[in-house]
Amino acid sequence: MSATAPLPSARAQGASPWHELDPLTRLVVALGTVAAALVLGGIVCLSLLAALTVLVPAAVARELREVLRLSLLLALPLGVSVVVVNVLFSPGTPAEGALLATGVVLRILTMAGAAVLFYRTTRPAELLASLQYHGVPSRATFVIHNGAAMIPRLAERAREVTEAQRARGLDTEGNLLRRGRGLVALAAPTVLGAMAEVETRTLALETRGFTRPGRPTLLWTPHDGPVQRLARWGVLLVLIVLVLEHLAGVLPC
Amino acid sequence: MLRLAGVSYRYPGAGHETLHAVDLELYPGTVTGLAGAEQAGKSTLCLVAGGLAPRVVGGTVNGEIDIDGQDTRDWPMHRLADLVVTGLQDPGGQLSLIAETVFGEVAFGPANLGLPYDEVVSSAEEALRLVGIEHLRAHDPTRLSGGQQQLVVIAGLLAMRPRYLVLDEPVAHLDAASAKLVLTAIRAAATAGTAVLMAEQRPEAWTACDAVAVLGHGNILATGAPDEILSNPRITTLGIEEPAEVRLRRRLSEAGLDPELMGSAS
Repeated sequence: MSATAPLPSARAQGASPWHELDPLTRLVVALGTVAAALVLGGIVCLSLLAALTVLVPAAVARELREVLRLSLLLALPLGVSVVVVNVLFSPGTPAEGALLATGVVLRILTMAGAAVLFYRTTRPAELLASLQYHGVPSRATFVIHNGAAMIPRLAERAREVTEAQRARGLDTEGNLLRRGRGLVALAAPTVLGAMAEVETRTLALETRGFTRPGRPTLLWTPHDGPVQRLARWGVLLVLIVLVLEHLAGVLPC
Repeated sequence: MLRLAGVSYRYPGAGHETLHAVDLELYPGTVTGLAGAEQAGKSTLCLVAGGLAPRVVGGTVNGEIDIDGQDTRDWPMHRLADLVVTGLQDPGGQLSLIAETVFGEVAFGPANLGLPYDEVVSSAEEALRLVGIEHLRAHDPTRLSGGQQQLVVIAGLLAMRPRYLVLDEPVAHLDAASAKLVLTAIRAAATAGTAVLMAEQRPEAWTACDAVAVLGHGNILATGAPDEILSNPRITTLGIEEPAEVRLRRRLSEAGLDPELMGSAS
């Protein structure tokens, strides 16, 4: 992190070598892991990938337990269906089906793990500042950031609307028909309210110079350097090699 | 000076104009109040004066809008934002969702203007102090009450040190003490040279104004000193609430008592 400016954060910052990396580097690693997990097929290769890009960084960031827990939770519904389909309905033997299912589940877990690790160790404001530092236009960073930031905001609005409608006697429990009726009364003000808020936010951002060309003054700058830049290009290079290899089919995985 | 001359405005898709031939002048160092009933066009006039309409909102504007004699109608929003900033009604909707702290939120505007780092920090600090929310600086702005968010939004606008500040009902969500704080901050901004246009419903806001313009059905009906405008008994027929003092004086008069007794009592 920059020595000149503390990151203005309301939440506690993690303190580990992983947290110290430029958020863009963490993003590239996460996206690279997801892409590599899609390309790689064998259990050994996927295990190596998961260990190198998810488990080791998660351990360094002291987030291993949470990353494992959340990844399992995320992967569980899809994972269970994959196992059931492959073991019970595979054209080969159940053992072959189980092997196939293990590979798919490992792939899902690796992808989920990469996303969870990034989410757990990178604050939106930090990522935004990093993207701006690297010259990404404000409009693009806003779309990236607000897509994620709007989700909790929308959930909070939905909760407020639910409470308000319940206070006015709306029945949101009971049988499916009642719940269906209630859903309309909840969804309409939630969606309309969210749309109005987006309109207000657009006006507010415009008046506060958010769309001004050029880089804004950054209150915090990421700790970037030649090693990280090289690592990011390295991830991209490895991905290209993996895709080419996947097409050529040279490696066993 | 920010000048609107014969300005009419029609929202996109609307069948009629919301503003009709509005003339308004905002002078540096002054606060101009904008009074009027609901649907009189106050918010629309704020959007037009702040440059958001038609640039962002869309619609059609006719008439002259200039700053210091320069026609600004072709200016892009980001160029205008160097001079004019606008505060809207919904405080929660105006938060950037980008800053994680009140300090970051207040510094957001000046940072966007590309001001030097030290200037960004000092203007944010000054705005926090002016609005009396230094104690909230490390809080998450999305978790504050509506009134506190309003103070954060106003501090964010003041931190940009605009030459022209347009505020749509800035004290609507605030309790009396916070409203007083904001009005004091607005006065301080005017003293520092900013021209302020403030649309309001609450009568105590007029105490901060040098002039009040009365808007009705999209027309400026009258402009003058707050005392002169607000002591006119016709204002209640326009849906404008009388200040308590004016109401009391009027009722004393109606009861056959000398309104000056009130002054001597205080």
